[in-house]
Amino acid sequence: MELFNQPAHELKRMMDTGEISAFEIAKSVFKRIEMVEPKVEAYVTLTEGQAAAQAKEADAKIKKGEGRGSLFGIPLAIKDNMCTKGVLTTCSSGILKNFIPVYDGTVVRKVSDAGLIMTGKTNLDEFAMGSSTETSFFGTTRNPWDLETVPGGSSGGSAAAVAAGEAIMALGSDTGGSIRQPAALCGVVGLKPTYGLVSRYGLVAFASSLDQIGPITKDVTDCALLLQAIAGQDERDSTSVDINIPDYNKALVADVKGMKIGLLKEMMGEGIQDEVKTAIKNAVDVFSKMGAEIIEVSLPHAEYALSAYYLIAPAEASSNLARYDGVRYGHRTSEKVKDMIDMYMKTRAEGFGNEVKRRIMLGTYALSAGYYEAYYGQAQKIRTLIVQDFEKAFDKVDAILSPTSPTTAFKIGEKFENPLQMYLSDICTIPVNLAGLPGISIPCGLSDGLPIGLQIIGKPFDEMTVLRTAYAFEQAYGFKERPKLD
Amino acid sequence: MIFPPPLREGGLRGRVDYIPKESYEAVIGLEIHVELNTESKMFCACPVSFGEKPNTQVCPVCLGHPGVLPVLNGKAVEYATLIGLSLNCEVTEFCQFHRKNYFYPDMPKDYQISQYDLPLCVEGYLEVGEEKGVSRIRITRVHMEEDTGKLIHIGGSGRIHGADYSLVDFNRAGVPLIEIVSEPDIRSPEEARMFMQKLRSIILTLGVSDCNMEEGSMRCDANVSIRPVGQKEFGTKTEVKNINSFRSVQRALQHELDRHIDTIDSGDRVVQETRHWDDAGGVTTSLRSKEEAHDYRYFPEPDLVPLISDKPKVERMKKALPELPDARRVRLMEQYGLPKHDANVISLSKATGDFFEEVMETYEDARKVSNWILVELGALLNQANLEIDECAVTPRHLIDLLKLMDKGTISGKMAKDIFKESFDTGKLSSVIVEDKGLVQLTDEDAIGKIVEQVLAENPKAIEDYKGGQERVVGFLVGQVMRLTQGKASPDAVNRLLKSKLNNK
Repeated sequence: MELFNQPAHELKRMMDTGEISAFEIAKSVFKRIEMVEPKVEAYVTLTEGQAAAQAKEADAKIKKGEGRGSLFGIPLAIKDNMCTKGVLTTCSSGILKNFIPVYDGTVVRKVSDAGLIMTGKTNLDEFAMGSSTETSFFGTTRNPWDLETVPGGSSGGSAAAVAAGEAIMALGSDTGGSIRQPAALCGVVGLKPTYGLVSRYGLVAFASSLDQIGPITKDVTDCALLLQAIAGQDERDSTSVDINIPDYNKALVADVKGMKIGLLKEMMGEGIQDEVKTAIKNAVDVFSKMGAEIIEVSLPHAEYALSAYYLIAPAEASSNLARYDGVRYGHRTSEKVKDMIDMYMKTRAEGFGNEVKRRIMLGTYALSAGYYEAYYGQAQKIRTLIVQDFEKAFDKVDAILSPTSPTTAFKIGEKFENPLQMYLSDICTIPVNLAGLPGISIPCGLSDGLPIGLQIIGKPFDEMTVLRTAYAFEQAYGFKERPKLD
Repeated sequence: MIFPPPLREGGLRGRVDYIPKESYEAVIGLEIHVELNTESKMFCACPVSFGEKPNTQVCPVCLGHPGVLPVLNGKAVEYATLIGLSLNCEVTEFCQFHRKNYFYPDMPKDYQISQYDLPLCVEGYLEVGEEKGVSRIRITRVHMEEDTGKLIHIGGSGRIHGADYSLVDFNRAGVPLIEIVSEPDIRSPEEARMFMQKLRSIILTLGVSDCNMEEGSMRCDANVSIRPVGQKEFGTKTEVKNINSFRSVQRALQHELDRHIDTIDSGDRVVQETRHWDDAGGVTTSLRSKEEAHDYRYFPEPDLVPLISDKPKVERMKKALPELPDARRVRLMEQYGLPKHDANVISLSKATGDFFEEVMETYEDARKVSNWILVELGALLNQANLEIDECAVTPRHLIDLLKLMDKGTISGKMAKDIFKESFDTGKLSSVIVEDKGLVQLTDEDAIGKIVEQVLAENPKAIEDYKGGQERVVGFLVGQVMRLTQGKASPDAVNRLLKSKLNNK
């Protein structure tokens, strides 16, 4: 089997026995990129030269007995909304198409410290606003399982890169499902950690109270390893939480006997594709057979989650994206302008795409005097109710199951002109962000050759249980398919 | 945009009886911004320093680069708490930052991290006017926020409109700022000035800001309205911005109040709006109407967690507050026997109080010291437009001078001239006296000879004196002093002159 298709822990084992070098892995990945990237278009920027140099350096260190980290020398793709010093960071937006950060974000620094080698920056929906990568300024990434379909979004580039073997692992960010939904649609593993577990410093903000960085990997073991590398409090992020980071490796036990696992009633009904429902039911059976107790749980306020999300996230976004005004960095209009306001308006009209504009307008409206209580205020109340719904559910169970995405990958263009349809793609993932909980998506089947994702939700900072449940399923179910791109 | 003409109610001019100016009462509320002198900025580690090269005291955080996050400066919270406690405020148990959203090129993020409905401190007061009767001005709130950068407009009138281009310096962006908001309890421009002075004095005593209005580390906006005396309802208010010196606080408010009165007296209505004080022109001009007012779209800052008050710490801080001006005033009266007025003026400025007490460590006569500080030094400072701690005269200079007078080495008149020279050059009085040989002439024989000479040169004066015109003595004393270059002891001159005149 080709190196690019191997998970990191397997490659590491091979490096440890001296069978392969970091350079060979990088070479394999970049060769794969050369071959399939024209079809998939997962990347905005490739950093091959830098990666080759780092891989050689890594090998030299390994030879000297240094660089013993469990991900040392592994190629990693980074979503293009994380600041990388000296490397273009565009957020797939026209307004940042020429933006080169002067600093590394905390997570970028951490993965670099862990010896991971950046392959490049992956495509996303503009400013992570979307579920298909179709809103990217640079064009749509294609799903490696079917190039006519979307990879999901917004971390579609990262998920597609991992699925296609264009990276061994990747970093994504998740505000309403942006790690889990593309992971589901691309047949890979994606984890959104608990809000506050991973530093947001250097992640270009979309909706600050929801954004969280997480791993996208080929399997659950890699997911645990990458989470280990990025988790932990950061003095530069006041919302990151001071907790003891457990050894996530210890979660990798294929045993759920006696565990209480909930199935979310509201997410097995209307609006969920039949094949998806069937796959989730099969997954439930797998857990049952392993000795877990299955209990139906309910989130009575889940039906309001999408509405609340589409007030809170755009409200925060309208403020977070104000800084792209052409004054200090990024795009500035080259048109003749009357005055400063004119410069702002032309710059932003040219620089932002339609979906971003739509959300800025929505958010600005929701925060306006006289509307704040009716929209933003109400949405925050719903958010509290959803937190309480989850608390009640977790009184009864240790983890909760649901589909990750209501459908498998849809056709490019299918939902692009219908924002409401597009927004429904995140209906299963959004409540988890509103409640700040950890959630993972793992492959649980194929329908017409397209992957289906199972979402496992945990209690706050209980990534251990989430990983353990996912690992047990992975071991029992044994999803081994890879997209055929050749 | 075309502005509608001010609203005019038909027939108002004829209907309302003329109300004399004195029967209006001023209603003034102040919003004061104070830059804290912490070492680093409010939300990043950049130094707070002034006069540096533009855009050198900056980092990705205070430049609002994509992906950055604010981290609250604990020292700034401590300083703000100290200010709140000195203003008799309650420190809230739970406070939160909000984003104030508006586009302006001096604001890197196009929002300002500020506080909204959950400020750090609430419900305090400040007392002013100890001499004419104390007024208690209630403090609504004390809250924290970050400062903006500075814009320099090139071309045009120097304002952003009509400028060819503008430059921005972000060194100041993110400097910790405290906003102090008073209730509309202030009843005159003078009271507003006293409020500002007392506030400045308190903050200087705490040592948490330079409070320099001219340099912008203390800024004042005022909400102004008038109402007939006895009326409870407020009149329509205007907000006056850009009051940037202590001198202009009183001027700007007086002008704005007069404008309100003139407007109403001429049958018009005051329009609610924000007005800009033009210090050079001595007038306020309309900046924006109520309709044009920004909608700041405040919402809780999601990048910062709420602040939960550390009650025991706040209690400890309260106990450890330094002696504030009011307490010092009382002590100055008790300890040194200073009259109320002197104690008031001396305590109102921390620097003046410190100057006074430093002199008193080695000198006994408090009244004399207070007089020299308030009268002689006060006049020189006024002329030079300096603060007491900015001038060349130190407590050592004053002690030196007072001792020379006590020894009789110099006369009171000489002392004033020498003091002026000290003030100008920074030289000690004893050095000036020695350099110029300015020792008081007390040798009565020598003075007597000069008196004789003056009398001989002024026979008419003698006649006038004999004719009962006593005031010629003054003239003759002046002549003697002139001939002795002011060195003659005035006592001796007077005594000798009179005895010689009477013997003629």
